[in-house]
Amino acid sequence: MTTSEAVREPPRVSGGEGENGHLAEFSHDPIALMARVRAECGDVGEFTIGHRDVVLLTGADANEFYFRAPEELLDQAEAYPFMTPIFGEGVVFDASPERRREMLHNQALRDKFMRGHAATIAEQVEEMVAAWDDEGEIDLLDWFAELTIYTSSACLIGTRFRRELDGRFARLYHDLEQGTDPIAYVDPYAPIESFRRRDAARVALVELVQGIMERRAAGPPPPEGEQDLLDVLMSIKDEHGNERFSADTVTGMFISMMFAGHHTTSGTAAWTLIELLRHPPELAAVTDEIDFLYAGGEEVSFQALREIPHLESALKEALRLHPPLILLLRVAMEDITYKNVHIAAGKLVGASPSICNRIPEDFPEPDRFVPGRYLDGREEDRANPWTWIPFGAGRHRCVGAAFAMMQLKAIFSVLLQGWEFEAAQPLDSYRNDHSKVVVQLQQPCRVRYRRRAPGTNL
Amino acid sequence: MKIVVDRDLCQGHAACEGEAPEVFSVSKRGELTVLDPSPAEDLRAAVELAVRYCPTHALRIEEE
Repeated sequence: MTTSEAVREPPRVSGGEGENGHLAEFSHDPIALMARVRAECGDVGEFTIGHRDVVLLTGADANEFYFRAPEELLDQAEAYPFMTPIFGEGVVFDASPERRREMLHNQALRDKFMRGHAATIAEQVEEMVAAWDDEGEIDLLDWFAELTIYTSSACLIGTRFRRELDGRFARLYHDLEQGTDPIAYVDPYAPIESFRRRDAARVALVELVQGIMERRAAGPPPPEGEQDLLDVLMSIKDEHGNERFSADTVTGMFISMMFAGHHTTSGTAAWTLIELLRHPPELAAVTDEIDFLYAGGEEVSFQALREIPHLESALKEALRLHPPLILLLRVAMEDITYKNVHIAAGKLVGASPSICNRIPEDFPEPDRFVPGRYLDGREEDRANPWTWIPFGAGRHRCVGAAFAMMQLKAIFSVLLQGWEFEAAQPLDSYRNDHSKVVVQLQQPCRVRYRRRAPGTNL
Repeated sequence: MKIVVDRDLCQGHAACEGEAPEVFSVSKRGELTVLDPSPAEDLRAAVELAVRYCPTHALRIEEE
């Protein structure tokens, strides 16, 4: 191949002169840092976290290269060192594309289970709002994080296990998610408060699961048809007839199964509600649509799997503006040349949903919440498969995307049919906390709810 | 029309099978087989839906 230019190293973004490179800026305002990479360097640019160089690819062409790259070139497994202390040693963060295909087909995410999941999710929302008064206030982070612990445990592990959980599990799980300070790129066991809380939370979660396992072992067998994943795991014996999986291993499996779908769904639910509150005509359109679709008493388990166009557009737009994962990472397994730029083996290579979802050439008025961009033939998500990337793209695209959309549709179907919401703080005061790799809403993030008057949803 | 599959992108969701089972089949292991690579015109509507609802944009139609 002939090239008109010599191969060069990736251009470096400004700043980052200190000992840990851009770590401090990355921990404070990672989106501004990545936006600057694109502004200063173009489609390929570099910054440094600790001693790791991160080559950031942005734009449709670079993203297509990134998302098509095989494992042998860009590997995901080693790109997330901060997950090991959370999952435990030996629990893998990601699976090969082949394994992911099998998971899609054999496990709880398969299409044919979706209707049952939708019913389960609706039940979990109903159960939580049953504790509400006619009006009151909730914290969006706490409330949706607890709800999605119940929905994901019920759908992925089983409703029997879900009934053995309470708010303690959700609060400990939150400590795990908060234990993702990017200093983990320097040392995942650095002596900092959020890592101490992370490790204490994991120990406490193992104790909770241990207690559940002991009660099950001492109690009667589950009723017919109510056996769940934990029963199955407990029934597996090693060659000495002892339980094959310890509480520690089981807890690690459950933490990892729930991880990808937890803070992501919780955050998207919260941001969708916030954006709808910021845009009353959109909220009215979504509420009218829900009222119309459920006017005949349809079950959520039925409707959540069908098209709910305005609600789906609002969800997609919340995902575009506030993607739960702001930076996807891989490790370059060999020296790579992309458009005359050399990416040395061992470097981290990133793609950023936060940056790409707002490229103005692909998404006119990129910072505005415009659900209409998915309707009426505009379909900006389908038109930009390499830059509309809240779920990633290609072979590593989120395998839970369809489940997530169904779950969010089910959640809002229940909430908006029965309740009205209003902001309990200035609308521009809701924001994300970017000090951890797992992005979560910054507290306070409160809204008021009020039971809809009977007859208003006819 | 001719069906083109981008194997880099297919994750085996089987949305295509749901839309056009005469044309697409996805195995238990999530491997896609195109049963009829050049389907007849009366299947066009179904195939277009399969292309549209593929979550990973792995399918397209090429006109012959």
